[in-house]
Amino acid sequence: MSEENKRDDNPVENKPPESEAPPAHPSAEAEPKAGESAAEAPAAVAASAGQPPSEGDAPVPERRKETDEEKAARRKATLEAREAAKVAAALAAAEAAKGGSSASAAGAQPAEESAKGATEAPAAAAAGGSSASEGAAAVGSVASEGTAAATPAASEGDAPVRRKETDEEKAARRKAALEAREAAKAAAAQAAAQAAQGGAPAGAAGAGEGAGADAPPPKPPSPSQPRLDRVAVMLRELVAEDAVEEAYINEANDHLPTLVIKNERWGQAARLLRDHAELACAYLRNVSGVDYETHMEVVYYPWNMNAREGYCVKVRTDRESPSVASVTPIWETANWNEREIYDLLGIDFPGHPDLRRIMMPDDWVGHPLRKDYVPLDPEV
Amino acid sequence: MIRTEELLLNVGPQHPSTHGVFRIIVKLDGEVITEATPVMGYLHRGTEKLAENLNFTQIIPYTDRMDYVSAMTNNYVLCHAVEKMMGLEIPERAEFLRLIVMELQRVASHLVWWGTYLLDIGALSPFLYAFSDRERVLGLFNELCGARLTYNYMRVGGVKWDAPEGWIDRVKTFVKDMYFRLDEYHNLVSGNEIFLSRVKGIGKYDAETAISYGLSGANLRCTGVQWDLRKAEPYSLYDRFQFDVPVGKNGDCYDRYLIRIAELEQSLRILEQALEQFPGDGDTMGKVPRAIRPPAGEIYVRIESPRGEIGCHIVSKGKAEPYRLKFRRPSFVNLQILPKLLVGESMTNLVTILGGIDIVLGEVDC
Repeated sequence: MSEENKRDDNPVENKPPESEAPPAHPSAEAEPKAGESAAEAPAAVAASAGQPPSEGDAPVPERRKETDEEKAARRKATLEAREAAKVAAALAAAEAAKGGSSASAAGAQPAEESAKGATEAPAAAAAGGSSASEGAAAVGSVASEGTAAATPAASEGDAPVRRKETDEEKAARRKAALEAREAAKAAAAQAAAQAAQGGAPAGAAGAGEGAGADAPPPKPPSPSQPRLDRVAVMLRELVAEDAVEEAYINEANDHLPTLVIKNERWGQAARLLRDHAELACAYLRNVSGVDYETHMEVVYYPWNMNAREGYCVKVRTDRESPSVASVTPIWETANWNEREIYDLLGIDFPGHPDLRRIMMPDDWVGHPLRKDYVPLDPEV
Repeated sequence: MIRTEELLLNVGPQHPSTHGVFRIIVKLDGEVITEATPVMGYLHRGTEKLAENLNFTQIIPYTDRMDYVSAMTNNYVLCHAVEKMMGLEIPERAEFLRLIVMELQRVASHLVWWGTYLLDIGALSPFLYAFSDRERVLGLFNELCGARLTYNYMRVGGVKWDAPEGWIDRVKTFVKDMYFRLDEYHNLVSGNEIFLSRVKGIGKYDAETAISYGLSGANLRCTGVQWDLRKAEPYSLYDRFQFDVPVGKNGDCYDRYLIRIAELEQSLRILEQALEQFPGDGDTMGKVPRAIRPPAGEIYVRIESPRGEIGCHIVSKGKAEPYRLKFRRPSFVNLQILPKLLVGESMTNLVTILGGIDIVLGEVDC
């Protein structure tokens, strides 16, 4: 495995593909300091959150060879930038479709370009996202905002930040990247919604003017979307207003409607899923526990066998004292599954009739599937 | 006056009728079981934990060792999940080979069940018949991939080896012979009065119970629920072939027996068609990136193994290794109903009921 990993660091096929990568931007590619883009990522995100990038905490600049971590970080940053660029493009397209005027068509191009070019694209995308949420903002302003947000970060990046990251910084960066990605996702969703609102005539006009030519067409809504909306409404109405924390379609998994249920509401929600005549999920296909390091998650797949459709339901819990209401009284099959999750991940299931270890010996210390698990060996 | 005392009896983990290292502690009132507590984990190897540090190709041999009586379907569920996440196209010839080996595997697996089940309840010769036929399947697999039990045959994107010269014809011959053998098996066992008195009406449950316990495979279909993933949620090429899903109605051990025998026949039917349509040439590996890295996301993929729904839940963070890999093992889920079925039964029926569920401990413990 390590051999393969090494090969990937020096990739032939899988290098961050220049051909696919956005057109080179002077600040990102011309100078051979691509590693900086990783260091910039948090700054760029901070800019997107409305805080001016501060140069105060930039440590002493010093040039040296990149470490493996930095290389990995750089790769990641490039990837994020590419994603963000895609989002920005979609956004621009949506705006164009909505506006339908030649002015917006002209504006879309620069917006996309600037987003693509800059390695700090998360900032551009997020800025774009915020203007999209305002709705009325013209595309021209999106472009200028995007560029504005990108520029300071880029110039800051020119004073190279080069030293080994501490763990906290790494964690912060990871978090920032996550936020950026989420912001991008939200922006994309908004763009899609706007495109749909814009309606056919505007879109057609835009296409006539060549505005939508190089932007991807807005994605058609998922075939499962009505099902997802319906179950979310039912859960909100019949269980509690705050029962659904998140609801989305998992496209890779045959457009499976996926819901994140509030931990405290899970017991009631499960009952509704099984007993409501319309949902009738009598069959629980699978229960998995996942340790996400920041939190734990229990994933259920309740199924309606007659309609041959089902849902993915997730319940989150914190890592310190993880606890999720047991659904063994509702689906018998949860019994051993919950025992297994308790055994291997240490999640408590209040309401379970017989919660004890199932795979590991009774006197085992720790929960092996946790990411931070260290085997206890008293002999050593 | 007869005085009875409660007796605590430990069965297993090394008892032949437990089909592996399964242990069950039963409380007996005379001959009658009043409580049964299964104890598992003797074969727990932490496959899911190990997988978190392996890339997907390296995980495939571990799946062989879960349900070691049906390694091909285990290979498939993992490869299928990864392929689905990555949106890979599988060449038709490769998919045909996969389907053929999966159905051959189902035949081999059901033969093992048939032989050992009858051995459990006291008939020795069916075991010998079944294993000699199964041996032919293992021979075919051996020719194909050089292994008799842990094949490690499938890969993300296709299969490792193409069929050797004449292999398809040899499978055709096997299928033809097997039809004949099935008739023989029916004559030998299915109407046998001793056999019937041991299995009819034993270990009964209804459809609602089966669904609540999440049973799958013959354990679910014996109650009349028509739920075979090859039909209900077709994967691979199953939607191209004609076959029936046999269902029972009484939900007892006898129905489970009949369903498995009928499934053998249906597998042969699928094999016949697949061998007939098998493409003359083509690739056995699709276009796969050298580093297999499913995009960040989550997927749950399920297929019909000989024992029921085997599922694979992958959480990927875009790395070569899964962030979390969970297998939904049909034996583990199906076994849950055992303590419920045993209460009130006589001790002799313990073996009948346990055998009827058809478990493989490598899969229960994972």
